[in-house]
Amino acid sequence: MTSSPLATYQPDQRAASLIGGEATDANLRRYLHGIPGIDAVGLEARAADLGTRSIKTSSKRWAIDTIIGLIDLTTLEGADTPGKVRSLVAKALVPDPGDPGCPRVAAVCVYGDMVGTAVTALGSAHAAGGTEGAGVQRVHVAAVATAFPSGRASLAIKLADVRDSVAAGADEIDMVIDRGAFLAGRFGQVYDEIVAVKDACRRADGSVAHLKVILETGELNTYDNVRRASWLAILAGGDFIKTSTGKVAPAATLPVTLSMLEVVRDWHRLTGVRIGVKPAGGIRTSKDAIKYLVTVAETVGEEWLVPHLFRFGASSLLNDVLLQRQKMTTGHYSGPDYVTID
Amino acid sequence: MKFLDYAPAPESQALLGLKTDYGLFINGDFTAGRGTPFQTINPATEQQIAMIATANEADVDAAVSAARHAYDGVWSRLSGSDRGKYLFRIARLVQERARELAVAETLDNGKPIKETRDVDIPLVAAWFFYYAGWADKLDHAGVGPNPASLGVAAQVIPWNFPLMMLAWKIAPALAAGNTVVLKPAETTSLTALLFSEILQQADLPAGVVNIITGDGSTGQTLVNHPGVNKVAFTGSTSVGRAIARSVAGTDKKLSLELGGKGANIVFDDAPIDQAVEGIVRGIFFNQGHVCCAGSRLLVQESIHDDVIDRLKRRMQTLRLGDPLDKNTDIGAINSAEQLVRIRELSELGQQEGAERWSADCVIPENGFWFAPTIFTNVSTSHRIARDEIFGPVLSVLTFRTPAEAIAKANNTPYGLSAGIWSDKGSRILAFADKLRAGVIWANTFNQFDPSSPFGGYKESGYGREGGRHGLAAYLKPAVRTGSRSAAAVVQQSPATKKSASAKKAAK
Amino acid sequence: MNRLAIPKTYKLYIGGKFPRSESGRVYEVLSHKGEFLANAAKGSRKDARDAVVAARSALGGWAGATAYNRGQVLYRIAELLEGRRAQFIDEIMSSEGVNAAVASAQVDEAIDRWVWYAGWADKYVQVAGNANPVSGPFFNLSVPEPTGVVAIIAPQGTESLLGLVSAIAPALVAGNTVVVVANETAPLSAISLGEVLATSDVPGGVVNIVTGSPAEIAPWLASHADVNALDLVGAGDLDWVELQISAADTLKRVLPPETGTDAAAPALSRILAFTELKTVWHTKAIL
Repeated sequence: MTSSPLATYQPDQRAASLIGGEATDANLRRYLHGIPGIDAVGLEARAADLGTRSIKTSSKRWAIDTIIGLIDLTTLEGADTPGKVRSLVAKALVPDPGDPGCPRVAAVCVYGDMVGTAVTALGSAHAAGGTEGAGVQRVHVAAVATAFPSGRASLAIKLADVRDSVAAGADEIDMVIDRGAFLAGRFGQVYDEIVAVKDACRRADGSVAHLKVILETGELNTYDNVRRASWLAILAGGDFIKTSTGKVAPAATLPVTLSMLEVVRDWHRLTGVRIGVKPAGGIRTSKDAIKYLVTVAETVGEEWLVPHLFRFGASSLLNDVLLQRQKMTTGHYSGPDYVTID
Repeated sequence: MKFLDYAPAPESQALLGLKTDYGLFINGDFTAGRGTPFQTINPATEQQIAMIATANEADVDAAVSAARHAYDGVWSRLSGSDRGKYLFRIARLVQERARELAVAETLDNGKPIKETRDVDIPLVAAWFFYYAGWADKLDHAGVGPNPASLGVAAQVIPWNFPLMMLAWKIAPALAAGNTVVLKPAETTSLTALLFSEILQQADLPAGVVNIITGDGSTGQTLVNHPGVNKVAFTGSTSVGRAIARSVAGTDKKLSLELGGKGANIVFDDAPIDQAVEGIVRGIFFNQGHVCCAGSRLLVQESIHDDVIDRLKRRMQTLRLGDPLDKNTDIGAINSAEQLVRIRELSELGQQEGAERWSADCVIPENGFWFAPTIFTNVSTSHRIARDEIFGPVLSVLTFRTPAEAIAKANNTPYGLSAGIWSDKGSRILAFADKLRAGVIWANTFNQFDPSSPFGGYKESGYGREGGRHGLAAYLKPAVRTGSRSAAAVVQQSPATKKSASAKKAAK
Repeated sequence: MNRLAIPKTYKLYIGGKFPRSESGRVYEVLSHKGEFLANAAKGSRKDARDAVVAARSALGGWAGATAYNRGQVLYRIAELLEGRRAQFIDEIMSSEGVNAAVASAQVDEAIDRWVWYAGWADKYVQVAGNANPVSGPFFNLSVPEPTGVVAIIAPQGTESLLGLVSAIAPALVAGNTVVVVANETAPLSAISLGEVLATSDVPGGVVNIVTGSPAEIAPWLASHADVNALDLVGAGDLDWVELQISAADTLKRVLPPETGTDAAAPALSRILAFTELKTVWHTKAIL
């Protein structure tokens, strides 16, 4: 698959070659509507079936540590303060003070105005510009941008929002698509915005912040829409497709994530390029998170279970995983007072 | 380590309290069989599970007379609501002992625990619940007012869904007011015998259900017994044919649920990932030991390569191995004999020029196993496109137009099931009309429900199981036209006097 | 003044045409007093074979016709039969030796039976079908459909027209096509009924009538692999158990012989006997 010439193309070349022309509404519609549909019953049944896998003993131990390393530890509240963010960063670096062997999370995810605070708090452990050596996982800073969560602002505002965060040191930008434009059929507009945001992710030194494209699947409503939006986001150059902002119910579900993983799998078959997937919101227990690991492993392959290809957007998940981890380490059940609140 | 090599997750056998020997269940008690006992083995290990009794002619006779006695003395006199209460009790007891039954079924049959746990046993309970509620509503069964039960039902069931087939047979028979003599398949008697214990716990009157074990000759003796009024058989078409011959000219009402070679038709506008799942469910569910399996994949030529590529990738994630492991997708082939048949037909497929591909699986040392396999480049004239293999072997054919798809799908003496995958509703409904099969699954496959009638066209048999129609198979109209000389295939007889009737009915 | 009558040549009715038996054989049809009435074609196994071919090729069109259309076609038979009452009464009186009142009662009953069954064509599916409340996100519907080609041994008793109509009408309701072996000793009204069918709107091949010896022809129909069902209603005097055994080779649906005045009494069960219940599942989802 990696022999596909599409692998060497720039995103815009690749999109043009696949959709057979400019990214106009009409061309995109023709392409996106040519993608096979989804039967919701079958999709949900498959997800439920994957959810019955029984992950025990050594597999579970591996899964627990893997989950921690895939978490984007998140705080996205109007009430966020520098203190809250510093506390979050501390938790990201040392999730379990009682066990120094506990891995770090992948990233902290904050609003754009908190990026600087997070970068400072991470210090040498920050992914970009950090000084910690090999063997230690450095932690990324992800910023939500583009008038998160609604995305209802002018393009100029959205791009300024992105540039601010990148300039403040964000390693990753979690943008939202314009669901209104998507639902109205203005696929070209959605596409162009993603391209513009990707461009705004470029730093002065020429490097580029990773772009996660939030589809807000709860608002897209149907699986066919999710699938088309996934293709659209990838065509436009997104590095990750992400389910939700966490501000709209339903947020991530296993069937939605499965449908997005299927797109990522098909994109890899087609182009040889690997795209990441981030379910966000609603995943609160290690039992649920393990179902996602199983779904990733059996849909795209376990090579996807690395931070640059899969993330959990979550806040309370970490503590449940830590409780499970303590249980596996000590052999007895732990309690909420034995994990830190953030 | 590889995450996908999930660590073993075996279901515990601790809740099983199996005996080393099982007798026949006749007239409410276990009794020694007079034939030569045989061993039942775990097909995944070839280890003996228990010794099972063989019912000889005298035992069959005893079972039939116990059923007759119970019919005359108790069951036919009981109110419908009381019969229903017994069935509800049975349903609840099955639920209570569900895990135990699932483990026992997996041990004896070789099918994965996730199927016995999530499909077989829940459907057993559902079947008894469904028919329990029918017992006092027989007027609405479609046979006219005050329909009558038939008497003693002789039931012979296969090894692929042992306890589920038992439920499909016993629940409607008892709801309708019949008594039963049931013979499970030789290789899978165990759960029927555990079920006998459940009947004791339910305090079902003695003789209402009798379970006799043995090989095919025991079954033959049972269906030929002059004391039975109804014969219900699920199994191979060749045995079904022999039974149809043997009951010819008798008063015995007959239901046959036989073989199949189901077509699973995938159009280029299908929801492709769900179609691939449906193909997998259609042929690899229960190791393909399914009479309604989608064993012939008819895929539109324009998407053939894509579908096969997706299917092969998906098949690589199927986990073959210890049936008791909760992550096993493909269990053991039920018997050495069946494995031989699957191998023979597969080798024949290769000789005929079809291209064979099997998923990479580590085949355990002991037991009977067959890796999930597909044949491409199959022609309609190949044996593997016509004969029921009854194993995890898929024959892939292509079509170019809807008309060709219908013609190929119907080009078989069988007519049990078919599947169609398309996003176009009008095409699906038209296909559903034109496919000559008793069960059509559209954008799904291998779904079962007690309220949904199941059964075949053509050489896949006749009569229905499930739903109102499955109940009617165990009933006859209250007033029989005296002139009918043999067991009439009558479901409703509004008239006995012809002159009056036409006018009356015409009103 | 006496006009010299023109007697009719009674032939077979196959595929909408009236061929002689390919065997060239005929047999004498006698009145109840033993007088010569006609030479009827003595159908052979090859005639039966041709009839099955005709029935099979007519099946798609007849089964695929709308129920409303089938009902109208069956009703049309009653209309045309009504118009030819006199002919049928004459034939019945001469071959069965009954008086005009009895013969006309039989014809009336036969006409009414067509009407009764005609009305079922667009109703039996509703009565015998079901929507099934399965426990899952599925639309699930069971509907009866025609079994296919039905071979019938017509009642061999006294009421030759009524017996024939009673046997073939219910099979036609659902959309089956029929090969019927007529009453051996009183075949005239069968062929005359063929003429009615040929001039009504019944497509050729939907009903095929073979006269001759049921004992000779029935085994070929019972064993014919392209016959889907066998109605032995008039086979009581034949070795019908053997026929049933033979039919088991391809798992044909079989109705046993009936005798007496109730034979083939009108009933929904006779329609349903030659239907197959088909259950269709379809996924349901708005997402």
